[in-house]
Amino acid sequence: MTRTPAATVPGAVHPTTPLDPDAAISVRGLVKRYGDRNAVDGVDLDIRRGEIFALLGPNGAGKTTTVEVLEGHRQRDGGEVRVLGVDPATGGRRWKSDIGIVLQSGAGDSQLSCLELLRAQAAYFPDPRDPAEVLDLVGLTEKAGSRGRTLSGGQRRRLDVALGIVGRPRLLFLDEPTTGFDPEARRQFWSLIRSLRELGTTMLLTTHYLDEAEELADRVGVIARGRLVEVAVPAELGGRGSAPAVVHWTEDGARRSAETATPTAFVAGLAARFPGEVPDLAVARPSLEDVYLRMIGEPA
Amino acid sequence: MTSTEHRPLPSLASVCRTRAGVELKEFFRQRESVVFTLFFPVILLLALGAILDYDLGSGVDFPQYFMAGIIAVGIFGASLQNMAIHIAGERSDGTLKSLSGTPMPKSAYFIGKVVQVLAVAVATIVILLLIGVFVYGIDLPTGTDWLTFAWVAVLGAAACTLLGITVSTLARNSRSASATVTPIALVLEFISGVFLPFDQVPTWLQTIASLFPLKWMAQGLRSVFLPDELALREPAGSFELGRVALVLGIWCVVGLVLCVRTFRWQDRGED
Repeated sequence: MTRTPAATVPGAVHPTTPLDPDAAISVRGLVKRYGDRNAVDGVDLDIRRGEIFALLGPNGAGKTTTVEVLEGHRQRDGGEVRVLGVDPATGGRRWKSDIGIVLQSGAGDSQLSCLELLRAQAAYFPDPRDPAEVLDLVGLTEKAGSRGRTLSGGQRRRLDVALGIVGRPRLLFLDEPTTGFDPEARRQFWSLIRSLRELGTTMLLTTHYLDEAEELADRVGVIARGRLVEVAVPAELGGRGSAPAVVHWTEDGARRSAETATPTAFVAGLAARFPGEVPDLAVARPSLEDVYLRMIGEPA
Repeated sequence: MTSTEHRPLPSLASVCRTRAGVELKEFFRQRESVVFTLFFPVILLLALGAILDYDLGSGVDFPQYFMAGIIAVGIFGASLQNMAIHIAGERSDGTLKSLSGTPMPKSAYFIGKVVQVLAVAVATIVILLLIGVFVYGIDLPTGTDWLTFAWVAVLGAAACTLLGITVSTLARNSRSASATVTPIALVLEFISGVFLPFDQVPTWLQTIASLFPLKWMAQGLRSVFLPDELALREPAGSFELGRVALVLGIWCVVGLVLCVRTFRWQDRGED
């Protein structure tokens, strides 16, 4: 197997850097094979404590596989991994009590009420949160006595998050937490994640929603075909921060546009040419979606 | 934030208590499982008791004979069928995967299941005995027969629980587990001397039945509910309690080995 040097990945940690024992998550050269295909093909990553990190990528890119290795749900085929300083392949009960996992599939079809489920889950952990307080935090207090099957999709997912945080985790994994949500439910969910950030929880979030990553994450890693292709803060992904801006306006009845590295100066010049408002003025930078599609190799 | 590091993990006993509570609620609140597992043998006893009426000699009528077989069926349902179907469901809906990501000791999960099986089996047996005594006037076991009753039931339930857990791993989901296990159970019930005297089952089917635990549970329980004279109607001329213990014991060992080697906490993924 030949690997191109990962040093070419913008923003990513260099593969020869030693594992960071103080990081929440530290990964070097992670490989996971299914048959003769490398689902994860050499990922290097450090996630700081207290950070919200979003792993972004299309279906089948290796997001979920990567996260499952970090959670201890899957064995890796190569590379080194430390999660809260421990190799997940050997993580015991003590390690698991510091971790919360919200799986893609979510909680099963239980006969227990929301509060009973949370109480049972809390009983596995050494220092759990109060189940009633957790229900309140996720906005399900009035559903405390209801069984899971009577909840809406968004409420089910909030119950999943409640189950993930009741053990007072220092690190929370969220695998595609808002898939299938309506916009209103997603906004409510985002504010829940922000309130968890206030509590100091480190979070690793996978999503294929760009707005979600932009809204929540301190940093974003884009994964495509099993490899990280860039790690950056959302505003700078794909060189967005320094990409030329495009200025649009209308002059002499025609729609005009110009690409410029200094949009402020350009607009000031335009303003001097018009007596009042510049007609239909707009300044645009490449959207996160534009740079994302370019990175994962889809035509924009 | 670091205060959690020195808090002791919950004890195994306390997590087992939690799991036992969860398992009892999951079973007794689900109407399908209560009807299917708990009332199926009860309905069979009432229906067949009303239809069938024959005299096996020595004053033994059908309900007296059937009591041993239907209790074996009840134990089989509470253990093998119940475990196979529900654990397959818990695996396919992600419940097992979620649990394996928590600090719950894995043994606590299985102890919870054992408590559930015991509770369901005891409830089934008590209901069947009450109906037997008050509806059909059967004779209850006496003296050391109770002891035989206890060890046959416990050993049979243990073997069938372990086999049920193994079967759950082979099935794709609870529906496929149910579709596989239910017809096999019915066939075994017919050829193991549950509904009709075992000596009326053709010899080659007797041989097949002898490979499985249900036949031995039913035979051990016949020794409890039937007078000693009827031992002569058994193919071996006796109730062979030693062999009952041996075969059920072997199934326990085989079941345990299969269980430990095959159990998975999640669906087979791409690997």
